[in-house]
Amino acid sequence: MSAKHGTGYTMGFAAAVCLVCSVFVCLSAVALKDRQEKNKKLDEQKNVLKAAGLLAPNEDADAAKVAELYESVQPKVVDLKTGNVLDDVDAATVNMRAAISDNSKSFEAPANDAKVLRLPNQALVYEVMQDGKPSLLILPVSGKGLWSTLYGFLALDVDTTTVKGVSFYEHGETPGLGGEIENPKWTALWKNRTVYDENFAPAFKVVKGQAGSPEDAPHQVDGLSGATLTGKGVTALVNFWVGENGFGPFLAKFREGGI
Amino acid sequence: MAAKTKEILLDPLFDNNPIAAQVLGICSALAVTTQMSASIVMAIALTVVTGFSGLSVSLIRNYIPANIRIIVQLTIIASLVIVTDQVLKAFVFDISKQLSVFVGLIITNCIVMGRAEAFAMQRKPIESFVDGIGNGFGYSFFLLLTGFFRELIGSGRLFGAQILPLATEGGWYTPNGLMVLAPGAFFVIGLAIWALRTWKPMLKEEE
Repeated sequence: MSAKHGTGYTMGFAAAVCLVCSVFVCLSAVALKDRQEKNKKLDEQKNVLKAAGLLAPNEDADAAKVAELYESVQPKVVDLKTGNVLDDVDAATVNMRAAISDNSKSFEAPANDAKVLRLPNQALVYEVMQDGKPSLLILPVSGKGLWSTLYGFLALDVDTTTVKGVSFYEHGETPGLGGEIENPKWTALWKNRTVYDENFAPAFKVVKGQAGSPEDAPHQVDGLSGATLTGKGVTALVNFWVGENGFGPFLAKFREGGI
Repeated sequence: MAAKTKEILLDPLFDNNPIAAQVLGICSALAVTTQMSASIVMAIALTVVTGFSGLSVSLIRNYIPANIRIIVQLTIIASLVIVTDQVLKAFVFDISKQLSVFVGLIITNCIVMGRAEAFAMQRKPIESFVDGIGNGFGYSFFLLLTGFFRELIGSGRLFGAQILPLATEGGWYTPNGLMVLAPGAFFVIGLAIWALRTWKPMLKEEE
């Protein structure tokens, strides 16, 4: 070990170490930033495509294929409170998950079963275009499961009530139990169920046991065995996000046409 | 010299294994070993950080003022970890998402800190580098062993490929959910430590 040094030496040494280390950290952060942003964007696009059913759940597409498929997807910025589409806001500047930790970009959510605490002022929805008209609406959804917050995308038909697909891309539920929300066999059951009843009130439910065919049980989906609480969370989050505090106002305007 | 380097490299693999003999780094070993792919990336990340932190600390060991040596070591380790995290985010994004905070927490991993303070502060740079890599290997070995059993028993898979056909998908294997939870890792690591101490009785504490 080195001999005793004076205070000046110690301060100088500390400053030098900090300087050298910070240079390394800066260099790596700056040099790799583009790549990281690209990865993040690709990841998000993949999840949107999976919910839309344009990409198979276990398919690992490369960047070129995702870009090709994503051409038909149009992100739109929606004012959550009014449901208006904000055409003058660039979708690339909206980050819902970053916004909720910024008080100027979000507001406190009314009490809800999905345990969503804050909502962003501006939310993203994705429209899948076909022949110049939207053919699918993809909504980002999130809410508490048993252990963790579930993040996913819900794809609705243009009638705003028929589910065309769903994918949960991030969660910390028990693998094999609640974690089965990722299972493509389960998410396939959602197809052609409706999230609203005839008066457009949210009516979706993950039931216990078997729900039956979409004709017999239009709003219900089979429960996952051993994952009652995760199922309750899924029920709550779907109803919250299609409800009046979520995308309800936007979906109502969409139904009336004009968006 | 060659024989000594080999000893520095291989000693932490079994005789002085950071996880099994010193019971360090358990927190991350519990957290990231549900899947082999995540275990491997974590193992590589830790090995790189331990190796290079040993090297850098040793290079400046004669100049570090004794009263601030721990914080200097930590600064170096933290910088290396941030750089590693950035590289993972740029090149293996999916796995870095799974590892989430645990890459960042390498900073607080006792193995890295322990090697910097106990070894690199006294030894030459090359020896310290080899020691860091050796300890990284020792950690990696247990991480992969745990990951292997947890992924195979817990979800019937290895590297994400289905090895044992699941009962829910028409096969015969019902996965053991306990293995994918943290207690599963305790059991695997506990059994491994038991096996290692039976094989190398000198690891046992004197009673």
